Amino acid sequence: MAAGVAAWLPFARAAAIGWMPVANCPMPVAPRDHSKRQDELIILNVSGRRFQTWRTTLDRYPDTLLGSSEKEFFYNEEAKEYFFDRDPEAFRSVLNFYRTGKLHYPRAECIQAYDEELSFFGIIPEIIGDCCYEEYKDRKRENAERLQDDQEDKKDFKPPNMTFRETIWRAFENPHTSTMALVFYYVTGFFIAISVLTNVVETVPCGSTSQKDISCGQRYTVAFFCMDTACVMIFTVEYLLRLFAAPSRYLFMRSVMSIIDVVAIFPYYIGLVMTDNEDVSGAFVTLRVFRVFRIFKFSRHSQGLRILGYTLKSCASELGFLLFSLTMAIIIFATVMFYAEKGSSSTKFTSIPASFWYTIVTMTTLGYGDMVPKTIAGKIFGSICSLSGVLVIALPVPVIVSNFSRIYHQNQRADKRRAQKKARLARIRIAKKGSSNAYLQTKRNGLLNELLDLTASEEEQQHLNKTKSLLESQHHHLLHCLEKTTGHDFVDEQLFEQNCLEGALQPYRSRTPSTSSLEGMTGTCCSRRTKRSVPLPIANAPASHAHPLALTHTLPKSPGLQELSAINIQCAEKQIHSSSRSNLNMQTNEVDRRNCKQQKVTTAIISIQTANTGSPAEDGGHGLPNRGASVVTTTSSNIIKVSAL
Amino acid sequence: MSARWETEGLQTVGIVCLVFMFLKLMHLLGLIDITETDSSDSDLELSQVRHQPEGLDQLQTQTKFTKKELQSLYRGFKTECPSGLVDEETFKMIYSQFFPQGDATTYAHFLFNAFDLDRNGSIRFEDFVIGLSVLLRGTVTEKLNWAFNLYDINKDGYITKEEMLLIMQSIYDMMGRYTYPMVKDEAPSEHVEKFFQKMDRNRDGVVTIDEFIETCQKDENIMSSMQLFENVI
Repeated sequence: MAAGVAAWLPFARAAAIGWMPVANCPMPVAPRDHSKRQDELIILNVSGRRFQTWRTTLDRYPDTLLGSSEKEFFYNEEAKEYFFDRDPEAFRSVLNFYRTGKLHYPRAECIQAYDEELSFFGIIPEIIGDCCYEEYKDRKRENAERLQDDQEDKKDFKPPNMTFRETIWRAFENPHTSTMALVFYYVTGFFIAISVLTNVVETVPCGSTSQKDISCGQRYTVAFFCMDTACVMIFTVEYLLRLFAAPSRYLFMRSVMSIIDVVAIFPYYIGLVMTDNEDVSGAFVTLRVFRVFRIFKFSRHSQGLRILGYTLKSCASELGFLLFSLTMAIIIFATVMFYAEKGSSSTKFTSIPASFWYTIVTMTTLGYGDMVPKTIAGKIFGSICSLSGVLVIALPVPVIVSNFSRIYHQNQRADKRRAQKKARLARIRIAKKGSSNAYLQTKRNGLLNELLDLTASEEEQQHLNKTKSLLESQHHHLLHCLEKTTGHDFVDEQLFEQNCLEGALQPYRSRTPSTSSLEGMTGTCCSRRTKRSVPLPIANAPASHAHPLALTHTLPKSPGLQELSAINIQCAEKQIHSSSRSNLNMQTNEVDRRNCKQQKVTTAIISIQTANTGSPAEDGGHGLPNRGASVVTTTSSNIIKVSAL
Repeated sequence: MSARWETEGLQTVGIVCLVFMFLKLMHLLGLIDITETDSSDSDLELSQVRHQPEGLDQLQTQTKFTKKELQSLYRGFKTECPSGLVDEETFKMIYSQFFPQGDATTYAHFLFNAFDLDRNGSIRFEDFVIGLSVLLRGTVTEKLNWAFNLYDINKDGYITKEEMLLIMQSIYDMMGRYTYPMVKDEAPSEHVEKFFQKMDRNRDGVVTIDEFIETCQKDENIMSSMQLFENVI
């Protein structure tokens, strides 16, 4: 029931009194409205923007969030309002839905954001009003296509076990997957070109014998025959391979490309079989015409051709209309011209079909001039014919053009997306890395915390503890618990590879009492591998922040693996903008900065330099804090070497 | 000779065609006007008639609703009919939404006439609220009066069998087809017979207001059902 109509329910119930005197049976008891209260204003605070509405307005749709008791979860006692931490812009359309009963889709809104809002508030998108439904569906379809493209791109990953047949098919369909396929692709393309060129050159007259010019084909029969044979060999092999490799042979044989292939190579074989019989060779000559179909094989190589073909297919109705209207006009005008010119002598308009030619030539504004009307009436009708021809042809052409343009641009977009896919995937990879790196970072810093416990002053200690947000510390604690559960530790890639490489290196740090206690803290139940892999000191590679999106690992400039007795503390100035809500990737810069100032660290700890990536773009860090004058922020990396005991 | 005539004839046809097209072109360009009727005379009519209700205080005196109730009623009314007037089509549409299975349009028509006190083809908010006041807050006699008014289609003070049959038919129409047991075609007329047997004391074939009220007051079922919708608002 629409919202407004629900307001009339009391009226309908009251009018039911009209049935009472004629009723046969006694009436049922009316439901009691226990929560009988006066209609009151509800305040909905959405991210600071206050919306107010009547309670009954929201009660109209009891199966949504706002209409049910679910909204009590968001009730704020002190402010006596309902607080939602959502986008106020999208909330406008949600609230309007309650008010008017119609859900509108604001065009400026991102489709995914809008969908999320709707699902949060428990409104199904199918009830979007007719005015906005088409737009919504279009955007949704575009989005789905984009996602599908991403999915398809994943196909490029070669599944590990593919049969020989599947390999070949894949090679045929995506030539860029392997070098062999690429070679084959270019070779076939080359041979198609050669073949077409041969067919063309074959008919050029070169040289003349006794009576007449003969074409090159007749002069150099053997050469052309060899060329033709070679091309047909290649095409046949290709066709047979495709047939063998196709997942569904029946479907493959029915597809357009395979029909073109067959038609292209067929005449040759028929020619082989054919003898030099005079009667049959006429038909044979006709068959040679089909050799020109080889040029269509180029459509596998050219995307533009495919688009053109697809466009024509999708504009079938417009083309049909064009054809139909042209036919109608041709018949009308041909008839008129015939009767108009019937009177004049020696006229070329001998019959109506003969006038067809004139009409077509005139309507398409060709005007060969081989058939010309001579009477005045004929000339009048002829001019009307040419004018209408221009109109009839000009009408469907823009539709076809716009279709072509749309499809072409779609393809362009797909190509662009594919090109950006690499950057996108890199971005996603880095984001994931950042999170795990933050944890590893914190582990090291956690050790430093213990270290500095001995040396740092009270307030510095508190600063240190505060720098990690509660969320982050809880997350790290969770990861730590996982480590303890399995008995293995998280490391980053580089370190893991290094550990794999130097299998034989022994732990060779000089233990100091403090570090041994640290060892106890961080060492797990596992053995040397752990000790080696936990990089104790705080070694931060400078983050190369050339471009926040294209972050990759960078090894520090001094890739010294094990430095026996020094702490390399590299402070890197990082630009971190706090954007996302998750603070999990927040780098503890302050710790670094502080450590730069620390001159009091006296223990010798092995530094295994790891290459961390800097903070990815999605870090929810905070900017450079102002910690008073104690922070010296200079250029990119300050390496402070603290000598050991 | 005939060939010449043919040619001449076709030439004439050609020239006539040309002249016609020329005239049409002129008309299109607006240089001459060859239409007879003026097609743009109704543009000045205002698209909608609007009605403002009487003041809140006046309505309060006329009805038995409190101010808050009137406010809430008006909000609902205005949301559905922003112009302030409900015409019969809108009324039928609104009422039909409550009875999706059957056809409520006929009954809605009678209901519309019962509400539209001044018979001007549209219900204003005052009519709406006065009617509701009678139905929800009125005395039993007032309610029975209202019901009688509903049944008396031509408002002549008598309910005839034909009128009652129409009303009954429209009520059964609202049920729709899918009922248990199936609605037989004679069901409305049987119902009317029963009604007249009960109501028509003097067997004169019509029911007057007094007969109606008297009979209803004696019937317990009817009396109790009148109180059913006391607290709808």
